[in-house]
Amino acid sequence: MVAVASREIRDGDLVFVGMRLPILAYAVARNAHAPSARGLFEVGLMRDQPAAAFLGTMGDPPNVTGALWATRMSNAMALMAQGRVDLGFIGGAEVDRFGNLNTSYVGDPTRPKVKLPGSGGGADIAILSRRWVTLMSHERRRLVDRVSFITSPGHGDGTPGWRTRGGLLGGGPVAIITTLGVMRFPEGGGEAYLASVHPGHTIEDVRNQTGWDLKVADDVSETSAPTDAELSAIRHLDPEGFWTRA
Amino acid sequence: MAQAIERFVPDGATVAMGVALEPLIPFAAGHEMIRRRRRDLELVGPISDSLFDQLIGAGCVRRVTAAWIGNVSEGLGHCYRRACENAVPQPLEVHDHSNFSISLALWAATWNVPSLPTRTLLGSDILRTNPNLVAGDGLVHVSAVRPDVTIVHVQRADEDGRAHAWGPLGISEEAGLAAEQVIVSCEELVDASVTLSDPNRILFPETKVVAVVHEPGGAHPSPVQGFFKRDHAFYRAYADESRSLEGFEAWLRRWVLDVADRATYMSRIDTESIRVKRHRPSAPADFGDE
Repeated sequence: MVAVASREIRDGDLVFVGMRLPILAYAVARNAHAPSARGLFEVGLMRDQPAAAFLGTMGDPPNVTGALWATRMSNAMALMAQGRVDLGFIGGAEVDRFGNLNTSYVGDPTRPKVKLPGSGGGADIAILSRRWVTLMSHERRRLVDRVSFITSPGHGDGTPGWRTRGGLLGGGPVAIITTLGVMRFPEGGGEAYLASVHPGHTIEDVRNQTGWDLKVADDVSETSAPTDAELSAIRHLDPEGFWTRA
Repeated sequence: MAQAIERFVPDGATVAMGVALEPLIPFAAGHEMIRRRRRDLELVGPISDSLFDQLIGAGCVRRVTAAWIGNVSEGLGHCYRRACENAVPQPLEVHDHSNFSISLALWAATWNVPSLPTRTLLGSDILRTNPNLVAGDGLVHVSAVRPDVTIVHVQRADEDGRAHAWGPLGISEEAGLAAEQVIVSCEELVDASVTLSDPNRILFPETKVVAVVHEPGGAHPSPVQGFFKRDHAFYRAYADESRSLEGFEAWLRRWVLDVADRATYMSRIDTESIRVKRHRPSAPADFGDE
């Protein structure tokens, strides 16, 4: 999943790197295929190279050593508010067919069934970055028809132009990358469709683990397996499998 | 620390902490608030890497105004869940924010205006659950949040309250400037000649600072650039043990309630495994002498 996510990063992108797995995805892309991609971290850091050691959080000392810029959070947010962040990554607890993320409440917010940690910078990335990708474990309880609470808006109700009408600056989600496959969105918004299935899984597996009637692209393919360069980057940066153990 | 908390953090206070995000979290101050049985606090912060969860579990908190509450490397905050889902140990009011909007709320208080407009949070249901975020004219208006006291942990400070921090600052400056009062805890208590040699690095005017506490290790298990790495194993153990209410209570006795002070706490930590041993000072800036 991390290797596949890293491929969303284009060389030269300024990437807003969210908590947890996205930190690793940026590092893999930078080492494998996007040598001039820069990472921007909401804690208040910019880098053009991955940290030299394992990171539990973006604020760990190895992420500061060798930084291009150590600053305040509002300066990192300022670049995103100006439309200068090309790609954001957001981890999610729940996502729906239109790419909206819930990381706040399962059930009634006044008496939730599950209280999730909240937005962090997720809503900011979802609204302000030019395009974004979410990463999550592919489970039927996580990929739901409609989230009950939109923490981080994707394509809203799925009608064309929902984001533009609402005044949302960025273009919204371009992909949902899971442990089973990659779902993408039509240009301009709408509903997610299955674009590729990871090796070892079938279209039926993916559809069975998805909480809505998932559309499948005519040209659906098998996701390319991780390359040697991607795998070696992951093993170097996560030697004990803290983030990537199965 | 005991004196600072006793005097400047009364029951019912609005307290900002963890404002540098993952680094420099003032755990020692938070633990002292728990030992002093503070009640009905409102906690303000961006993400809180376990500290808010501990204060909530200890029954100190009436409301949180925050963007994220959990354990950054491990996930959910179990005390936060118990409070929101089952009112254990007591009900908790939540004013949701994003990281950007909590920063703006503090800048609004800093600049003494009722609110600041932003493009973030348009289309988010956070607008439904926080009455202090109001959409209008294609923007979101973020109401000012003014802490009674902001608590920061920094690398070094002088006894007048001039605080030097380095590494990413998160929302430290706006949190300090917005607050009525600031408490500083520090790894090193230095002479004013050190802080004043680099006035650019002072976080806020020392006139805001009401207490300076020399508290080495006061941010453990969070990292302190140049001093301590993040203690990942400690965060993991907290996540595991706080999963049940009984486990959390045992954790709290062991690491907070039955601990006299921070020095005692640090004597139980394997500091050698987390202490930064290779140093890389920045080049000095020449401020001239005329």
